[in-house]
Amino acid sequence: MRRFTVFHLSLQRWLGIVVKEFIQLKRDRLTFGMIIGIPIIQLLLFGFAINSDPKHLPTAVVMAEASPFARAYLAAMRNSDYFDLVGSVESEAEAARLLDRGDVQFVVTFPPGFQRALVRGEQPSLLVEADATDPVAAGSAISVLNHLGNEVFTPDLPGFHPQGKQLIELRLHKRYNPEGITAYNIVPGLMGVILTMTMVLMTGLAMTRERERGTFENLLATPATPLEVMTGKIVPYILIGLIQVSLVLLAARWVFDVPMLGSLVLLYAVVLLFICANLTLGITFSSIARNQLQAMQMTFFFFLPSILLSGFMFPFRGMPEWAQVIGNCLPLTHFLVLVRGILLKGNDVSLLWPQVWPILAFMAVVLGVGLKTFRRTLD
Amino acid sequence: MELAIDVSGLNKHFGDKHVVRDLSLQVREGEIYGFLGPNGSGKTTSIRMLCGLLTPDSGSGRCLGYDVLTQSAEIKRQVGYMTQKFSLWDDLTIAENLDFVARMFGMRGRREAVDRALDDLGLAGRRHQLAGTLSGGWKQRLALAACLLHQPRLLLLDEPTAGVDPKARRDFWEEIHRLSASGITILVSTHYMDEAERCHRLAYLSYGNLLAAGTASEVIAAQQLATWELSGPDVTGLGEALRQLPGVEQVASFGARLHVSGSDAALLQPALERFCRERGLRLAQVDSTLEDVFIQLMRHRPDPFEAAS
Repeated sequence: MRRFTVFHLSLQRWLGIVVKEFIQLKRDRLTFGMIIGIPIIQLLLFGFAINSDPKHLPTAVVMAEASPFARAYLAAMRNSDYFDLVGSVESEAEAARLLDRGDVQFVVTFPPGFQRALVRGEQPSLLVEADATDPVAAGSAISVLNHLGNEVFTPDLPGFHPQGKQLIELRLHKRYNPEGITAYNIVPGLMGVILTMTMVLMTGLAMTRERERGTFENLLATPATPLEVMTGKIVPYILIGLIQVSLVLLAARWVFDVPMLGSLVLLYAVVLLFICANLTLGITFSSIARNQLQAMQMTFFFFLPSILLSGFMFPFRGMPEWAQVIGNCLPLTHFLVLVRGILLKGNDVSLLWPQVWPILAFMAVVLGVGLKTFRRTLD
Repeated sequence: MELAIDVSGLNKHFGDKHVVRDLSLQVREGEIYGFLGPNGSGKTTSIRMLCGLLTPDSGSGRCLGYDVLTQSAEIKRQVGYMTQKFSLWDDLTIAENLDFVARMFGMRGRREAVDRALDDLGLAGRRHQLAGTLSGGWKQRLALAACLLHQPRLLLLDEPTAGVDPKARRDFWEEIHRLSASGITILVSTHYMDEAERCHRLAYLSYGNLLAAGTASEVIAAQQLATWELSGPDVTGLGEALRQLPGVEQVASFGARLHVSGSDAALLQPALERFCRERGLRLAQVDSTLEDVFIQLMRHRPDPFEAAS
C-alpha cells in the first residue's frame, strides 16, 4: 500500500519541533520579557491611564469683581470635577499667555458688574476661553459649563427666570481650533509619531547590523572614537527625518488645510531637536541590543507608551498623576505641545523653553547611558 | 634585535572563564610569528588584546613600543588587524571599502593609496563590484589590502586562510613573506601545519596557557617525541590494538600507513617491533612532525570545559 507521505504526520518529529521552539524562546530573555511585559503594560495603560473624559483641567480666572455670586459660580465649577482653578490673573493679556503656553486649558473672565446684572435679570455675559487644539480634551468640560449657570443661581434667585431662560450668557471662545477639526490636532501629532518610530528604529538597526555582520570589530580596530562613530552614524538619519517632516507638513498644508500660524524656521528647529533626541535613543538601544531583533523589540517597547501617554491619542490631562509623570519623561509629549503651539497658536520662541529643556534633559541622560554602554573594546 | 611585541603575564577573563592565562610573548621586529592552538584556546582573545580591542585584566607589556594597557589608540594607528571572519562591508564596493578604511585612519593621499592598493590587488577593473559578491580567496586578499592600507608596522592575522583554496593560500603566504622582508612584523594564527612551518617562530597556546615557543624544530625537539611509521598490506584496522601497547600515546592513519608516537622511546620500540613481526608489517622510525607534537601537547592539556562537563 502506498503512503501519502505529504500528509503523514510523525508525532515525534512534530513534538521535536515544538520543544525546540520553546527552548529557543526561553533562551531569548528579551523576547520572553516582551511576551510577558507587553500585555501587562497595555493593560495598565489602557485600563488605568487612558481616559477620554478628562477632568481636573487647569483653569485660570480673571475676576473684575470678587462678588459672592462669582465665587459661588467658581465653587460650582470646582465641584463639577472638570475644572481645577489654578489661580486668578490680573489681565486678559496674562491669561492669553497662559493659554498660549498651554499652562491652562480654560480662562474664565467675570466682567465688572456681574452680580448686579445677574440680580437685575440682565443676563450678564461670562467669557470662557478654551484651548481647543485637542477638541476631545475640552469637549465634556464645555458641555458641563453650559448647564452650570442655571444650576448655581436658580436656588438663590427664585422666580427670576422664566422657564428655559438662561440666567447668564455663556460666551465661549474656542481658541486655536474654533471648528473643532481633529485633523488640526492629529496631523501635527503624527509628525512626532512618525519621527519617533522611524528615527529610533533605523538608528537602532544601524549599529546592531554592524555587530551582527561582524563589521563592528573592523570599525573598532581603527582609531575611530565612540563619539565619532555614534554621531557619524546619526547624520544621514537627521536628513531622512527632515524629509519626513517636510512631507507631513506639505500634506498638512495642502491636503488637510491645517493652519500654520507660527514660524516655519522655528518649527524646523524644534523638529531638529526632537529628531536628535530620538536618534540618540536609537543609537543607545543599538549599543545595548545584541541583535537586530532585540533592537526592534526595544523600539516597540518605547513606542507604545510614547503613543499612548504623550497626549497623541488620548488627552494628556485625562491621565492620572503617575501616567502624566511617565508621559512627561517622553520627548514626544513635549514635542506635541511645541508643534501644536507653533502651528496652531503661533507661539514664538519665548514660549518654548518649558517644553525644550525636558527634551534636552532626556537627550543628555540617554546619551550618557549610550556612551557608557558603547563597547569601545569588545569586552 | 628590537621586539615588536613584548608582553608578559597577560590575563583575560570573560565572566568566570579564564580565557588567557599569564600570556608572555616576545615577537621580534620583522619576523613571522605563528600562533597555534586548538579552537577556543584564547588565540583570538590574545590577538585582540595586542591590538587594543580588548583591555587585559592584568599583566603588562608593550606593542610597537606602546603600553598595551594605556596606549591602545597609538597601537591601533600602527597595527593592521585582519579578523577571522570577513568583516568588511558586503554592501560597499571594493573601492568604497578601501576608501572608508583609509578615512578611518585619517590617511593623507587617500585616493592614491586606494588606487595603488587596487592595482596591487589586481582588482582595479572590478573596483565597483560589491565586496559581498567576491569569492572567499578574493575577500581574503581584499581584507589584507585593507589592513595594509595605512602602512602598519605590525600585522595581526587571525586565521587568515580559513576556507581558502590551496593556490590562494600559497599566494597569500608569498605575500606574507614579501611583507616580512620589507620589515613588517607579522603575527599569524593558524590551524594548518604547513603554514606553521612557514613561520620563523611559533607559539603553542592551549586554553589560556602558552605551552611551547620557538622555531619549528625547537618546538619539535623540546617535546622529545619518538614516532614510527608502520606500513603493510592491511594496517587500517590496527589502530585499536596499537593503542593498547605500552608506551603508545598517539596513533594516526595516513592511507596505508600508520604513525605511532610516544614520549618514552625505550618502552615503545620493543613493543612495536614485536607487534610488527607478528603481523608482518614494516616498521621505520621517522621524524616527528609538528602535527604529532601538537596532538601530544593537546593530549596533555585536555579541554577544561570538556573535562568539567
